[in-house]
Amino acid sequence: MSIEVKKVTKSFGNFKAIDNISLKVDTGELVALLGPSGSGKTTLLRIIAGLETADEGNILFAGEDARERKTKDRNVGFVFQHYALFRHMTVYDNIAFGLRVKPKEIRSSSEQIRFKVRELLKLVQLEWVEKRYPWQLSGGQRQRIALARALAVEPKVLLLDEPFGSLDAQVRKELRQWLRRFHDDLHITSLFVTHDQEEALEVADRVVVMNKGTIEQIGTPDQVYHNPANAFVLNFLGNVNLFHLRVEGGKAYMGNKEIALPGVQQNVKAAKLYIRPHQFEIRRLPLGNSSIKAAVKYINPAGMTVKLDLKTESGDSIQAEISQAEFAALKLQRNDQVFVNPKEITFYDFDI
Amino acid sequence: MAGGVPNLKVRSSHTLNRSSQLSTESAVVKWFLIGIALLYLGIFLILPLACVFANAFNKGIQAYVQAITDPDALAAIRLTLLTAVIAVPLNVIFGIAASWAIAKFDFRGKNILLTLIDLPLSVSPVISGLIYILIFGAQGALGPWLMEHGIKIVFAPPAIILATIFVTFPMVARELIPIMKAQGNDEEEAAITLGASGFKTFMLITLPNIKWGLLYGVILCNARAMGEFGAVSVVSGHIRGLTNTLPLHIEILYNEYRFTAAFAAASLLAFLAIITLIAKSIIESGIYQEMRLSGTDSGDKSV
Repeated sequence: MSIEVKKVTKSFGNFKAIDNISLKVDTGELVALLGPSGSGKTTLLRIIAGLETADEGNILFAGEDARERKTKDRNVGFVFQHYALFRHMTVYDNIAFGLRVKPKEIRSSSEQIRFKVRELLKLVQLEWVEKRYPWQLSGGQRQRIALARALAVEPKVLLLDEPFGSLDAQVRKELRQWLRRFHDDLHITSLFVTHDQEEALEVADRVVVMNKGTIEQIGTPDQVYHNPANAFVLNFLGNVNLFHLRVEGGKAYMGNKEIALPGVQQNVKAAKLYIRPHQFEIRRLPLGNSSIKAAVKYINPAGMTVKLDLKTESGDSIQAEISQAEFAALKLQRNDQVFVNPKEITFYDFDI
Repeated sequence: MAGGVPNLKVRSSHTLNRSSQLSTESAVVKWFLIGIALLYLGIFLILPLACVFANAFNKGIQAYVQAITDPDALAAIRLTLLTAVIAVPLNVIFGIAASWAIAKFDFRGKNILLTLIDLPLSVSPVISGLIYILIFGAQGALGPWLMEHGIKIVFAPPAIILATIFVTFPMVARELIPIMKAQGNDEEEAAITLGASGFKTFMLITLPNIKWGLLYGVILCNARAMGEFGAVSVVSGHIRGLTNTLPLHIEILYNEYRFTAAFAAASLLAFLAIITLIAKSIIESGIYQEMRLSGTDSGDKSV
């Protein structure tokens, strides 16, 4: 079932949580709502579920106005950030809850319910916790039970609020991949909220980047990462170095070095240049005219790449990342002189 | 009080070499405090309780049984029970409704409602009783109308029940509000997204989650409803066999120098107090258990 958000606005007192947002999620898609806290992503999810009411605009489920339908009749599976498992019920009763509260006419027999619950437990690979209580489970297990409980009522749409937000890094990674595989098997239209860009980029088919109640960009992970629509998206999707450039007579300068920026006009006064840490090349010797001279201030060799803190002559600091092989070849030490060349430029802005 | 002075000396001498003596000091302080608490308990609680029972039985079991099976005593017991049976359930309904509204929703005037709920606790019980005299009494606002229609409220059981309801008003709500606030809305919202109706959500999710707090409130409310003296005394009129509750009956017996009978009746209230305390401690361990469980829960949440 597709979800369509049409010009939705929602305020809490004077605070505009969502400001005229429109968005379409196609059937079977896995979409991430990505943004910092307070960007309105959870509110949007709750409006779709019917847990909040929009001040303006509406939500369409498969083209049908959802405002007519109450939360309990919307047939959405909602997985809460803190799982919201029923603490006084066993895992089995938690999962069976949605099946048992159905009206008598359409309720399954307890035999059928048992079969269904076992099937779901198998799906989330937790068959053995059936008789346990939520507090006896680890965070990751609770998360999967919460998912199984939401799936029990066979929702047409799955909404997940920060599904991995309160788990430790290792479990988070595992569950992330698990969710991706799981979605590929079930193909249920899913929307999940996260503030973790890595998570959004890794799991989602499409990413919706939100900020201050509005959408900054919608695109595939590749699009939002490599072609950010604006400086916010760029900043939010990973570390980036910002350089303020002087523009004179249609040419941009970093310090005294000219930087070739396509599209610089005569009327441009200054430019902002954004370069990601891995887009630098570090050399011992200058390469052409555009190399920036810098001193190595700090080296962090732990990890896949080596992270360097550099300081330019003009006092700007640069964060650069190079491969372990490059690092070994350069034999870098602290306080060494190096020359930095931008390999590619992610994004730039002009001040007119 | 005399014990406080040497203890202060101990304290000051120990500050000189506190690193080595820290544990000694805390042991001294610990036993001193325990001593005070025990002394206090003994003088103000155990001794009076023992007195009540000693006096109640000092003329033998027969006198005791006679005292509490006296028709006036039985009538007082009946009225006390009737009052509790009406006041406690009403209190439960109001308590759940009010705490639900306060803990789960935001609305204008929420603080006013909170303050109003606490009002009966901050007002003298005598005033609580007088309110009803002023409303329903012969000189009161509704008095003449009621008299015309032959409805008797003041100096009759209805006023006693009303005054008791007023006095016990905050008992359940005050227990439930913090519990409901701490639990939040998550589980209810989860139940609704799973297709449960509002009523089913309340019965299957909310009620089980607050059951210990609710029981605790009921126990306290019941104890207060049966033991209330001030407010009830004002509105009762002390008509023997008709408008006397157990506490009022005790007072009358005492004023007539019928000590054995007075203490026998008092022993019933003392029994009630002891049962309440036992029930309370059982329920408290239940609440503790619950909090421990949800504590583990929230502990993991913040990871």
